[in-house]
Amino acid sequence: MIVRPYGDTRDDGVIQFSFTLPIPYSVKATDVGKQFLEKLGFRDVGIAECKAIDPEFTFYVAYGRTDTGIDPDQVKGDYLEVEEMDYYAINKLIKEKLGRKLVVVGAAIESDAHTVGIDAIMNMKGFAGNYGFERYPEMDPLNMGSQVPCEQLLKTALERKADAILVSQIVTQKNIHVQNMTKLIELLEAEGVRERFVLIVGGPRINNAFAKELGYDAGFGPRTTPLEVASYLAQEVIRRNPK
Amino acid sequence: MEQAIELNESMVTRAREAAAAIADDIQRHIDEHTTDTTERATLRLLGITGVNEIDVPLVNVVVEHGRELLPGGIMPPFVDLMMRSSKSAQDVAEGVAKGALALAAVPRERRANVEQRATELAREGVARIDAVRRRRNELVAEVGEPVKPYVYVIVATGNIHEDCAQAKAAARAGADVIAVIRTTAQSLLDYVPYGLTTEGFGGTYATQENFRLMRAGLDEVGAELGRYIRLCNYASGLCMPEIATMGALERLDMMLNDSMYGIIFRNINMQRTFVDQYLSRLINARAGIIINTGEDNYLTTADAFEKGYTVVSSDFINEAFALRANLEPWQIGLGHAFEMNPAKPDQVVYQVADAQLIRQLFPEYPLKYMPPTKYMPGDIFQGHVIDAMFNFTGILTGQEIMLLGMLTEALHTPLLQDRYLSIKNAKYIFEANRHLAGEVTFRPGGIIERRANEVLQRAAEQLEEVRQISLFEALSRGMFADVKRDPDGGRGGEGVFRIGDDYFNPFFAELRAGRMSGAPVGPAPGRTAAKEGGQS
Repeated sequence: MIVRPYGDTRDDGVIQFSFTLPIPYSVKATDVGKQFLEKLGFRDVGIAECKAIDPEFTFYVAYGRTDTGIDPDQVKGDYLEVEEMDYYAINKLIKEKLGRKLVVVGAAIESDAHTVGIDAIMNMKGFAGNYGFERYPEMDPLNMGSQVPCEQLLKTALERKADAILVSQIVTQKNIHVQNMTKLIELLEAEGVRERFVLIVGGPRINNAFAKELGYDAGFGPRTTPLEVASYLAQEVIRRNPK
Repeated sequence: MEQAIELNESMVTRAREAAAAIADDIQRHIDEHTTDTTERATLRLLGITGVNEIDVPLVNVVVEHGRELLPGGIMPPFVDLMMRSSKSAQDVAEGVAKGALALAAVPRERRANVEQRATELAREGVARIDAVRRRRNELVAEVGEPVKPYVYVIVATGNIHEDCAQAKAAARAGADVIAVIRTTAQSLLDYVPYGLTTEGFGGTYATQENFRLMRAGLDEVGAELGRYIRLCNYASGLCMPEIATMGALERLDMMLNDSMYGIIFRNINMQRTFVDQYLSRLINARAGIIINTGEDNYLTTADAFEKGYTVVSSDFINEAFALRANLEPWQIGLGHAFEMNPAKPDQVVYQVADAQLIRQLFPEYPLKYMPPTKYMPGDIFQGHVIDAMFNFTGILTGQEIMLLGMLTEALHTPLLQDRYLSIKNAKYIFEANRHLAGEVTFRPGGIIERRANEVLQRAAEQLEEVRQISLFEALSRGMFADVKRDPDGGRGGEGVFRIGDDYFNPFFAELRAGRMSGAPVGPAPGRTAAKEGGQS
């Protein structure tokens, strides 16, 4: 079934916009914004606000309607479909099916100085009322913190015989996260140990398809909870280590 | 003046006494040590600048060259070499870099002359800082002083030219302070990069040339707007005193300059940080720079409701170190933050309690209040409302430096329009509640008064415990921000030196001698009509 944006009536196609054009405000600025949205294919464009936010820039708030629709059933992609489990079920699963602690090493790698992501997933406290891995009795996690060189992360993962490596990439300016992520993959492959680990990356600009494209096993985007990652990890590690 | 909350004054006294003892204990350690960046800053204070053919700063080259002599300080052998070669400081540094000149221990017979000459040079160096400070005072008197709270926003494009354009746009929209975020990991570089830069990751390199360009841009827009626009950067990381020197010479007005941030959040060796913060703060004190401390960061790792007291105890410690580095209260921008979970019932009530407590504990200080970051949602509309509550709490409790939150905090570095919307939000709330703080006292025995006194008591108890076990031990137990650090671990420990009996560095005394006092003052009323910030 085709759906369209819903304002206050089915199929009205209403979308709200806010954007800035690099033009000084003038009497015709409203029409510039309106015609720009019309060029994008929107109709019934209404400019709600059109204002100089600087001598060189004009800010717009606008509404428009679209006739374009989409069929959700036709949307296919590389999604991570994981059965989400609760904290107790995950620990029980690891204890019964793996029969030892699940070892995880995590870090914000290379230039990334931000630990907020890796801390949310791994630290005791966790995130959004969800405990982090340190709280799981059946996990043996090590959060190495920020700016960890790939070489050091791999060395630690090998020493601890880790089942999984968790990488966080927060800072993404000029695509530095891609370089960092690729470096780790290349290192693992050069050492011939890529297959030893379930390799996961998380961060605000990460999704599963993108992570898999770079050679990771799974990718998690913003607002991921420790529970989601733990559910995936427990199931995937057990799948790879059948008793 | 009537206080909005009745605080337990004996607890305030206990906290302040414990913090003083903690700082005295560490200060003894500081006074027995120097670091390579302290010695490099000393050379920068003599006016040395530039890099060698492979981009290593000359001050690094000279200090490396004289590494064996560092326990006695770089000044005596360096000044001796200036005298022997009859060359300027810059020429000697270049000569050492080329291998044409060599530092050597100063023989006893030349010692007195060298020390006398070094003292004269230190006076000249300090005079350069004083001239910059006088220029700031003149400009503020001429151009105009903004109404507090200062609206503080960040630019972070990586390209200094883009930064200047964005900073000017922000000032025109109403910003009073522009902070240029540094490129990721600059704090861990053991040197200060040189020259203009147009590439950075998540920020822009702090270099002396970038400081100069941004200063010029802000002076230009300040004159246009009738408000002196302040510039902020980061005297933190492995080069604290060197960045402070550059800031003093290029007329920065604020510096992030915490006594413990680098230890906790950048895993910099704690002995190194304590020694480095001291000279950096002496320089900031002399230069009339307002320091900002980084307690807000604690609440990004620890819970703001449970661990709010660690912010208060760290503020007391930062205050104690700052006073020992000759800073005046108006220069000490102690930090705290609005980081409690918005889902918590009465969140704002507790935030008001904590913010009002800190306001009353540090009455003459220009407190720096940091916006919500940890719980900012992808729903930017809701984010804008949370930022509004932050702005309201700030104006209600008389905060003076408001680092504005951005509705897109959880998403990306601010777009031009994000900054505009954020400033508009703040300006509306500040003006709409301009005199609210003076109208309010909080109910005796109510939630706010109880919370404030409880946080105060826990801070005092924590400080007394830290005093018992020493600050080194407290940091190794993770008593701040839930982060544990080893006293001998961390980066930069190899750059710490125990000083010898012959250590000589006249800057420590000269930076204190005859320092100017007081904040810059705006034009007398009626002399200059300051234009309205922002466009309505």
